Amino acid sequence: MSASRPRAAKAAEMSALHERLERTWATPPGLWGWLTTVDHKLVGRRYVVTGFVFFVLGGILALLMRAQLARPESGLIDADRYNQIFSMHGTTMMFLFAVPIMEAMAVYLVPLMCGTRAIAFPRLNAFSYWVYLAGGTMIWIAFLLNVGPETGWFSYVPLAGPEFSPGKRTDFWAQMITFTEVAALAVAVELIATILKQRAPGMTLARMPLFLWAMLVTSFMVVFAMPAVMLSSSFLISDRLIGTHFYNPAEGGDPLLWQHLFWFFGHPEVYIIFMPALGMVSHITATFSRRTVFAYPIMVLALVATGFLAFGLWVHHMFATGLPRLGNSFYTSASMMIAIPSGVQIFCWIATMFDGKPRFATPLLFVLGFIVTFVLGGLTGVMLASVPLDLQVHDTYFVVAHFHYVLIGGAVFPLFGAVYYWFPKFTGRLLNETAGKWNFWLFFAGFHLTFFPMHILGLIGMPRRIYTYRAEMEWGGWNLAATAGAFLIAVSAVMFVINVAAALRRPRTAGANPWQASGLEWATGSPPPAYNFIYLPVVAGREPLWEEGETRPVMEGLSSSEREILCTSVVEAEPDMRHPMPDNTLWPLLAALSTTALFIGSVFNEWALVWGAIPLTACLIGWFWPVGTPRRKEAAA
Amino acid sequence: MSSRFPNAEGAALALVAALALALGLGGCNREARQVRGSPLPDGGLAGVSPTALHVGGPRPFVKDPRAAQYEENAYHIGEGKRLYEWFNCYGCHAAGGGDIGPPLMDDTWRYGGEIEQIRASILEGRPNGMPSFAGRIPDTQVWEIAAYVRSMSGHVAKDAAPSRGDQLGNPPAATQVDRKPMGALTPPEPAP
Amino acid sequence: MRRVATAALCLLLAGCAGVQSSMDVAGRQAGDIKGVWTLMLWVCGVMYLLVLAFLGWTLWRARRPLADAPPLADSALSPADRPMQTALGGWMVLIVVGLLVLTFGSFLVDRRLAEAGARADLNIRVTANQWWWQVEYQHPDPSQGFLTANEIHLPVGKTAKIELVATDVIHSFWVPNLGGKQDLIPGRVNDITLTPTRTGRFRGQCAEFCGLQHSNMALDVIVDSPAAYEAWRARQLASAPPPVTPGQARGLAVVQTAACANCHQIQGTEAMGKTGPDLTHVAGRRSIAAGALPYSRGALAAWIADPQGIKPGAHMPIVQLSPADLNGVLDYLDSLK
Repeated sequence: MSASRPRAAKAAEMSALHERLERTWATPPGLWGWLTTVDHKLVGRRYVVTGFVFFVLGGILALLMRAQLARPESGLIDADRYNQIFSMHGTTMMFLFAVPIMEAMAVYLVPLMCGTRAIAFPRLNAFSYWVYLAGGTMIWIAFLLNVGPETGWFSYVPLAGPEFSPGKRTDFWAQMITFTEVAALAVAVELIATILKQRAPGMTLARMPLFLWAMLVTSFMVVFAMPAVMLSSSFLISDRLIGTHFYNPAEGGDPLLWQHLFWFFGHPEVYIIFMPALGMVSHITATFSRRTVFAYPIMVLALVATGFLAFGLWVHHMFATGLPRLGNSFYTSASMMIAIPSGVQIFCWIATMFDGKPRFATPLLFVLGFIVTFVLGGLTGVMLASVPLDLQVHDTYFVVAHFHYVLIGGAVFPLFGAVYYWFPKFTGRLLNETAGKWNFWLFFAGFHLTFFPMHILGLIGMPRRIYTYRAEMEWGGWNLAATAGAFLIAVSAVMFVINVAAALRRPRTAGANPWQASGLEWATGSPPPAYNFIYLPVVAGREPLWEEGETRPVMEGLSSSEREILCTSVVEAEPDMRHPMPDNTLWPLLAALSTTALFIGSVFNEWALVWGAIPLTACLIGWFWPVGTPRRKEAAA
Repeated sequence: MSSRFPNAEGAALALVAALALALGLGGCNREARQVRGSPLPDGGLAGVSPTALHVGGPRPFVKDPRAAQYEENAYHIGEGKRLYEWFNCYGCHAAGGGDIGPPLMDDTWRYGGEIEQIRASILEGRPNGMPSFAGRIPDTQVWEIAAYVRSMSGHVAKDAAPSRGDQLGNPPAATQVDRKPMGALTPPEPAP
Repeated sequence: MRRVATAALCLLLAGCAGVQSSMDVAGRQAGDIKGVWTLMLWVCGVMYLLVLAFLGWTLWRARRPLADAPPLADSALSPADRPMQTALGGWMVLIVVGLLVLTFGSFLVDRRLAEAGARADLNIRVTANQWWWQVEYQHPDPSQGFLTANEIHLPVGKTAKIELVATDVIHSFWVPNLGGKQDLIPGRVNDITLTPTRTGRFRGQCAEFCGLQHSNMALDVIVDSPAAYEAWRARQLASAPPPVTPGQARGLAVVQTAACANCHQIQGTEAMGKTGPDLTHVAGRRSIAAGALPYSRGALAAWIADPQGIKPGAHMPIVQLSPADLNGVLDYLDSLK
């Protein structure tokens, strides 16, 4: 294999190559293809759609909560149902929407940005989607059957323990965590392998796009954070099903163990949600400012620093639990410190727009919304980092306001911007700009109307997670305003769905690079063919499509009759070896079904862990059974 | 979104429906949180006999319509567990193993092990020291205690029974007790 | 800008005053914390304004006519690169300085709060249950200690150290006008120190989700002048007055023989239940059912007749009493001032 000098290829030659590659890489049509595909683009699309379905479901729950709280002493929703609703809202948004949708966008985009033909471990990718779908479906069916979680999205014990949360509600919640964390870990592993070993030749770490850096750091955070919550939820299931004493203080356990284990995951979790959005913001800002992001090395360092610091903050969720005060102060400092990389990044993005030639299309509007909203949320976060102030506003609506500002401002605004930005790549059509602007402004206005009053409500004494409040507290006015804003957000969401649906009816006229952006994903068709790139791109700088001039350097030599990708070295991205990729297969789905049966069974009976392992083992044997590639079989013969 | 398989949504719905059916078979009664208890009037101990022996042959046991909402309901069993401690059932029955009173976690039921019979025992009192709690413990709470007592001996479904309490010296978790069918009443052991 | 303006507006409209407002300071601890809040508001407000100003300048600049040049792929080629790097450095320093100021301010106040508990004039032990507060006034001489429920009286100017325990799940003790919150965790003993600085009635509320009736787990905190506090204390130490009228006598009989005595205690009678709130002086309290209803004979009637209608899920069962019995009970309880 060699890196060729750019040469003009004849049209017929390209067409024949395209045919062969399509035959090799395409997913067959029909139900069989749908169930057996390992194409990261199809899996990624499914993931995105499913994530948005959960977003809408979680949003409906939010509207119900706001309807109940709009008036004092409202009898709309009773206490038990309200507790389930707020628990499901948090659970859906955090576990079923926020993390999976970011992973979904990455599953689709990362291999394209790397310039490779497939994601690493494609069957694991398919498996992770099915497991995620199963977990989300399980908890929602449970909710609809009155067995939904009732103790909040972080289920403190002893309230969530066997004595105070009777029945199977909390068990389903704890097992849902296992589903979604297996799925997240799987995707994290694939992304790390893809980003480190499958980048285009010449794409050294120093030339890697910022979204890839963000996903790399995020994936490492997932790998280190998820085990903590899987451990804590497994301990909880064990206490509830078998009668262990992990969280029973009378027998040597400790309710605070739950909090430490959960928040050791829980704090990095919000950065896992937030960091991919930072990558998206960088790309959108660069494209719509027509210049590369300012201070790239600082941006990378900021991402890495955030990733490390995120693991040192979790006790700020526990300032009121009576831990030693000097220890608390350490976490105050750490929690304040993490504002430094974020603050630096904000400067760099604004500086990019300042020095560039900004064009305020919808994606960039969402970036502006992100800046205005997230910075405010980050500053209330700095306030919450202070122990004395936290002791007043912890567990009040001030915190609710804070985390919605940072999560919606910091993740959902960039996500919408990213959808508007990458929609032409995913589907070949552009979303309507006018509708996009309406979408943005309605969302922006609705968001601030909903959540800004909550800062005040928290300061004047309204605690979290209450299904009603007395009229004499005089919280009704601010609550009504918040409810009005929530309905505005709903209208904006409906607009978004209509915009997408209408766009999908139009013909595919977007072209390969409608925004004249610079990433490798724009160097192929919209939507990309099954094989991603007809020749593998070779990269010589940070903004390949802006630097390449008339012709694009490519590498040829990968087989077009079997599935294989090029592995490159970790730092310098020098070509290393060819690696086969699997064909379409049903094993990931079968393994996911076995896993689902095992997990759901173990909610009811611990022996399901044993008996359920048998079909799962069989599926894994089938999955890993070596089949060899045609070329190797030829060589062996 | 142009799906490559147009009936994917149909497949998904079918899957959802199947799961709903599966889970539905277990879900409903166990999880209801009815805080008011039965709306039917109090009393109704007539017809509840602690024994199956009757003049003229055995009479079929008639279930009280109120029993269904308590028997396999996790919330009421959990409340019963709390009340078992609050009203000092421990004083004679310990944590189920018995002390000066008979054990409640075995499958010997001197005065019947159906929930109606246990309720009758609590309300009426029984010879050799079981006090009568009629007028002292409101009816809903008596049902809840009776439901909990049944769970101690494995007569309640595993998913409704509580596992351990948040206390010292727990009895074996009710979820780990062997499930027992409610068979014929075991006659009491002869006095020593 | 929005934050400062709204806060100002809030104060102007006296919207921040309230019986459960952390902005309406009535205690030393709350005052210290409000100092941190003010510092935060100013520093964070300034930083936010700077970000908005930079963004505003950028948006203003974007209105200039833009030459149609190819996009900039290399940052170093831009003439603004060096000045922006300098500005970035300055911004980083500013953030670090700001955070250091905030960290030190926060730390100093935290130390002050911690030291406050060293000299306590008053010791109280609060036990949180689902969904009410047991309050025990402690005294080295046990006969000078007493039990009450859902209401705390504090003498103004004196420091009260409150020990916090829980019997069931995690709750959180929070009286915003007086100070921050502290969790009550089963298996742990926490404490909080409050030093009220003005008299008045304030409201606290459980601030950690604790189950079905978390929303209705409030408590009244009344800060008295020293004389009024002593008078209240003396009343609390006394046992329940004996019944005077026939109705009250009937009520006492019902309380002692029906379900009430299973859970409640009334000092000086045979009712010695330990699992529910102490009722010895229930008629003297401001509210019943942990703040669910203001005290009155009618409210008490509604509560006893159907507690599940007022606080669904509460551990108070529906006790079916005949109307005559209920009236007697109400007469009796209403006499327990």
